[in-house]
Amino acid sequence: MSRRGEDPKALPRDGRDLTGDALHERLSLTWHTSPGFWGWLTTVDHKLVGRRYIFTALVFLILGGILALIMRVQLARPESGLISADRYNQIFSMHGTTMMFLFAVPVMEAMAVYIIPLMLGTRNIAFPRLNAFSYWVFLFGGIMIWVAFLFNVGPEAGWFSYVPLAGPEYSPGKRTDFWAQMITFTEVAALATSVELVATIMKQRAPGMSLNRVPLFAWGVLVTSLMVIFAMPAVMLSSSFLIADRLVGTQFYNPTEGGDALLWQHLFWFFGHPEVYIIFIPALGFVSQITETFSRRPIFGYPVMVLALVSIGILAFGLWVHHMFATGLPRLGYSFYTAASMMIALPSGVQIFCWIATMWAGRPRFTVPMLWVIGFIITFVIGGLTGVMVASVPLDLQLHDTYFVVAHFHYVLIGGAVFPLLGAITFWFPKFTGRMMDETLGKLSFAIGFIGFHLTFFPMHFTGLMGMPRRVYTYPSDIGWNMLNMISSIGAFIFASALLLFMINALVSYRKGLLSGSNPWEASSLEWAVPSPPPPYNFAHIPVVEGRTPLWDAGGTLSVVSGLRVEDRELLLTTAIDAEPDVREPSPLPTIWPLLAAIAVTALFIGSIFNPWAIVWGAIPLAATLTVWFWPKGPPEAEPVIE
Amino acid sequence: MTLPVRFTRDLSELPTHAFGTRSLTWWGVVGFMLIEGTGFALAIAAYFFLMSQEQLWPPSALPPKLLWGTLTLAVMLLSDIPNVWVKKAAEEERLRDTRIGLVIMSIVVIPLLVLRGFEFANLNIGWDRNAYGSILWALLLLHTTHLLTDWVDTLVLAALMFTEHGGEGRRFVDTSENGLYWHFVVLSWIPLYVVIYWVPRMTTGGLIG
Amino acid sequence: MRRPPLLVAALLLGGCSGEQSALDPAGVHSGAVLHLFGLFFWICLLAFALVIAFLAVAMLQARRVDAAQSERTEHDAIASRLLRGWIVFIIVGLLILTLGSYFTDRNLALAAPDTGQSNRVPIRIKLTGQQWWWQVEYEDPNASQQIRTANELHLPVGVPVHIRLESIDVIHSFWVPNLAGKQDMIPGRHNDIELLPTRAGHYRSQCAEFCGLQHAHMALDVVIEPMADWLKWRAQSIQPAKAPAGAEEKAGYAYFMEHQCSACHSITGTPAFGTVGPDLTHFASRPSIGAGTMPNTRGHLEAWIANPQGVKEGNHMPYLAVPPDKLHALGAYLRSLS
Repeated sequence: MSRRGEDPKALPRDGRDLTGDALHERLSLTWHTSPGFWGWLTTVDHKLVGRRYIFTALVFLILGGILALIMRVQLARPESGLISADRYNQIFSMHGTTMMFLFAVPVMEAMAVYIIPLMLGTRNIAFPRLNAFSYWVFLFGGIMIWVAFLFNVGPEAGWFSYVPLAGPEYSPGKRTDFWAQMITFTEVAALATSVELVATIMKQRAPGMSLNRVPLFAWGVLVTSLMVIFAMPAVMLSSSFLIADRLVGTQFYNPTEGGDALLWQHLFWFFGHPEVYIIFIPALGFVSQITETFSRRPIFGYPVMVLALVSIGILAFGLWVHHMFATGLPRLGYSFYTAASMMIALPSGVQIFCWIATMWAGRPRFTVPMLWVIGFIITFVIGGLTGVMVASVPLDLQLHDTYFVVAHFHYVLIGGAVFPLLGAITFWFPKFTGRMMDETLGKLSFAIGFIGFHLTFFPMHFTGLMGMPRRVYTYPSDIGWNMLNMISSIGAFIFASALLLFMINALVSYRKGLLSGSNPWEASSLEWAVPSPPPPYNFAHIPVVEGRTPLWDAGGTLSVVSGLRVEDRELLLTTAIDAEPDVREPSPLPTIWPLLAAIAVTALFIGSIFNPWAIVWGAIPLAATLTVWFWPKGPPEAEPVIE
Repeated sequence: MTLPVRFTRDLSELPTHAFGTRSLTWWGVVGFMLIEGTGFALAIAAYFFLMSQEQLWPPSALPPKLLWGTLTLAVMLLSDIPNVWVKKAAEEERLRDTRIGLVIMSIVVIPLLVLRGFEFANLNIGWDRNAYGSILWALLLLHTTHLLTDWVDTLVLAALMFTEHGGEGRRFVDTSENGLYWHFVVLSWIPLYVVIYWVPRMTTGGLIG
Repeated sequence: MRRPPLLVAALLLGGCSGEQSALDPAGVHSGAVLHLFGLFFWICLLAFALVIAFLAVAMLQARRVDAAQSERTEHDAIASRLLRGWIVFIIVGLLILTLGSYFTDRNLALAAPDTGQSNRVPIRIKLTGQQWWWQVEYEDPNASQQIRTANELHLPVGVPVHIRLESIDVIHSFWVPNLAGKQDMIPGRHNDIELLPTRAGHYRSQCAEFCGLQHAHMALDVVIEPMADWLKWRAQSIQPAKAPAGAEEKAGYAYFMEHQCSACHSITGTPAFGTVGPDLTHFASRPSIGAGTMPNTRGHLEAWIANPQGVKEGNHMPYLAVPPDKLHALGAYLRSLS
C-alpha cells in the first residue's frame, strides 16, 4: 500500500509492461475476496453478491411454487376440505407476495448485478457496498415474512392487500403488518440496486461504448432501474400509510374519517403496474442477447428496439387505472387508460417482429436458450393479446377478478419473464460457473415445461369466462368448473416437474458439466471475452469498443486501454453519452459494515411493527453503522482507496 | 482476457476524482433525490386526492399556524447561501473554507429543527383525527426525515474534514454532493410549505370551490 | 339475446352455458359484451396467427446454408418494409378494438334508464354487501311497497334494473356474469349498476372482490322470470311474514323470539327486527342458505342452525347450542315463511 506524499507515478499499473499471467496474479490478489465465512460476509464483488442474490431468489421461486401446488391440489376438486379458508387465504397471499416481491423483481435485478458490469467492460458494479447491503436487506425481509407465515402470522389479504380489508378493523393482529414491512425491505433493496445499475450503466461503460452501442440487455436494465426509482416510492408510501393506520391510528384509508379506500388502490397500482414491466423488461433484454447470439447476427432494428424499451418504460406509468375499472371512477377517465393500455401493445409487437426478423435474416441455431425464446414468443404473445382484451372497459368488467385474469398474467409473467429467465440462466450458466448445462436435460425441461404451462393456464381463460372468481378457496360442484380445474391442477404438477428438472440440471452441471471456456456460444458482448468463471477483477485491461457487437467486430484481437493501478482496486469512469475515458475511480475493499447496517435496518423495521418508537431508537444504531461504513479506515494514501 | 490484446491509450494521467456528473457520487445522490422527490410528489398528490373527497377543507380544524412554517421557509432559503458558498469552496478544493462552511451548515440546521418542532406543535390537528391530519403529519414528517439525515451527513463530513482525511479529493466531492442534497431539502420545502400552509387557506371560507 | 354464432363455433368446449357464465348472456349488457369479445377474439387470433406464421418461416429458414452478407442485407430491407406493415396492422387493429370497446360502452350507457335515453321506468334496488352476505332492498316511494330480503334477486324479463351498490365493511363486488359486468361495492362510496334481463332462468352471482375469510361463499341467487310470475312474487314479498300454523312451528316461533335470533334477524310482522343478519321474512322461498353456501332444504337448514361455524367458518352467526328438539321446531317455523 502507498502513503500520501509518495509519487503516484511510481505505482504499478497495467499495460505493456505488466500484462498476461504476471498481471493476473497481482490483480487477483488486489481484487480477491478471502475464502471462508468472513470473506463470504464481507465481499463486495458483484459476481459473488449477484450469485447469492440469484440463488436466494430461486429458493423463493421454489417456495412460491410449492404454495401454488398446494393451491392447485385444493382446487382440483370442488368443495375440497383439504385446506381451511384461513390457511388457503394465507397461502394465496404468500404465493403472490413471494413470487412478485421475493422472486421476480429480485431475480431480474440479481442477473443484472452479475452480468451488467461484465457486459459493460468494467471491474465492479457502482457502489459495491450498497450492493452487498441490498442483498442482506432482501434476505432478511424474505426470511421475516416466511417465518411469520410458518408461525401462522402470514398475510391473508392478498399480495395487493386492499383496504379496508387489510386495515386495523378487518385484519386484526400482526399479519398485514409483517406484509407491509416486508414491502419496505424489498423496496429498499430494489431501490439500492437500481441506483447502482443506473450509475454503472451511465458512468462505467468501456471506452467507445457510446449510448448507441450499448447492448440491449443493458438498455433494458437502465429503463427498468429508472422505472424502479419512479414507481417504488408509491408502494413505500402506501404501505407506510397502512402501517400507520394500523399502528398509530392515522385515518388514511378510513372512509368514516375522510380517508379513502381508493387512495390505497391508486398508490398501490401506480407502483403495481410499472412493477410488472420492471419484471418483464429485463427479460426482453435476455431475449435480445440470446436471439442475437443464436441467430449469429446483430439484432434487427436496434434503434427501434431501444425506442420500444424506452416507450414501454414510459407508457407503463400511464396504465394503472386499468386495475380499477370496476371501482366506479368516471367513464371518461377510463377511456384514457384503455387507450394507453392498448397503445403499449405497439412497442411490444414491434419487438416481437424484430426478434423474429433477426432469426429470419440470420442463421438460427436452436440451442436450449433459443428454445426458451421461442416458447416466450408463443406464450407472451397470447398473454399480450388477452391483455388487450382486458384493456377494454366493458370486457374487463366481465373478466376482472376472474380466472381469465389469472390466465392472462401468468401468460405474460411466466411466458414473458420466466421463460426468458430460464433461457438466460442456461445461456449465462457457463459464464457464472465455467461449465455447460446439459443440453438434453435442458431440451426436456423446455418441452415438459411448455406443455405443462399451457395445460395449467390455458383452461383458466375458460374457467374465468364461465364465472369462476379469483381468490376462492373452493367452488361448488354443480357449476361446471370441475374438469377445467382438474386439468389445471394436473398441468401444474407437470410444469413444476419441468422446473425441478431444470434445477437438477443446474445443480448437477455445476459439478459435472462440460467445461465451457470463455465463449462457448460465440456470442458478441464483452462478458464473453473473460474466462469462465471470470476472475475477481473481471478484465485484466479495460477493453475498448468500436461497435455494438464488440467480440464480432474485434477480429482476432481486442483493443484495450492501460494505466489503471494494480495494487489498489481501481476502475474506469467514462463520460455518460460518448464513453470517453474520464476518471480513475477507486473501488471499495470488502467490509462487514453493509451487513451490520442491514442488521440495524432489520431491527428498526421489525421493531416498528410492534412499537412506533422503534423508528427513533432504531435510527441510532443505523446511523452509527452507516457512519462507520462511510468513514475511511486507513491513513490517506498516495492515490485514493476505499476501505 | 482470452483474446490477445492491442493497447490503445494509457490512462495513468486521468484524475482520481472529479465533480458534478463526472463523479459517481453525483449519480448516487441524484438517484436518491429522484426517489425522494417522487415520494414527495405522490404524497402531495395523495393530499389533493383526499381533499377532493371532502366538501370542507380543512375538515373540522383550523389551518396550521402560518408563522412557524413561514419562519422555516425563511431560514431554509437563507441557509442556502452558506450552502452555495461551501459547495463552491469544495469544488475549488479550499480546505479551510470547506471546514468553516461545513461547521456553519451543521449549526444552521439546529434552529431549523427547533422551528420544525414548533411547526409540529402548531399543526392544529392530530395525526389520528382524520385523513387530513394524517396526510399533514405525513408530509411534514417526510421532510423532517430529510432534514435530519442531511444534518447527520453534514456533521460526519464536517468531522471528517478536520481529520487527516480532510483535503482528499474524494472528501471535497462528497462535500459538494452534500451541498447538492441540501438544495434538494430547501427546494422540496417550497411546494410542501405551500400545500401545508396555504392550500387550506385558499379554500374560500373552508369550502372548496 | 342470441349468442354470436361464430363465437359459439369457436368455443367448442362444452359447458359454455351455465348459471354463472359470461358466455351465456341473459341480459342486454352481457350480450353486448359477448359480441365485443367476439370482435376481440378474431382480431387477436389474426394477430397471433401472423406472428406464428412469421416465426415458423424464420425457423424453417434455419436449413439454409451460410447466408452471404448481400442476402442478409436484402432480408433486412424486406424486413424493414414488413415492419412498417406490421406497425400499421397493429395500429389499425388497436383502433378497431378501442372504437369497438368505446361504442359498446356508449350504447349500453344510452340504454340506461336514468342517464340514457330510455324512458322506461326501472326497478330500483339497493344492494349492501357485507361480510359475507348481501342485503337486498327493493325501493319504492310508497313505504308499504318496499321489499327487504337477502341473498336473492328476483327480476322480471325486459324491465331495466338500477342497483345502488354499497358496503358497510370491506370492498365487495357485485357480479352476475349472465347479465352484466361487475361493479365494486366500496365503503364510503356508492356505485351504480344497470341490468336489463332478456331471458328467464336461474342464475348465480358471486362476490368478485376478495373480502376476507369466506369470500368463496358469498353468492347470490338471481331469479329472472316472466312479468306475471314476478308480480306474483312481489305481491307475496310485500306481505308480512305468515303466522306460524302448527304446533311445531309455533314452538319454533317462540324460541326465535325469546332467544338471540331476533337480535340479529328481522321478520316483518313479528317483534324480530335485528339488522345485523339477513332478513328472514320470506326465507322459505329463498333458493339457498348462507349466501349460496347450501341449498335451502330442511336438512341443510338444521345443519346451519346447529352449527353455522361448521358450515361457513368465521361467518358472523355464532354457535348457539340450540337443543335438538328446538332445532326441529325452528327449522319448521323458518320453512313456513314462504
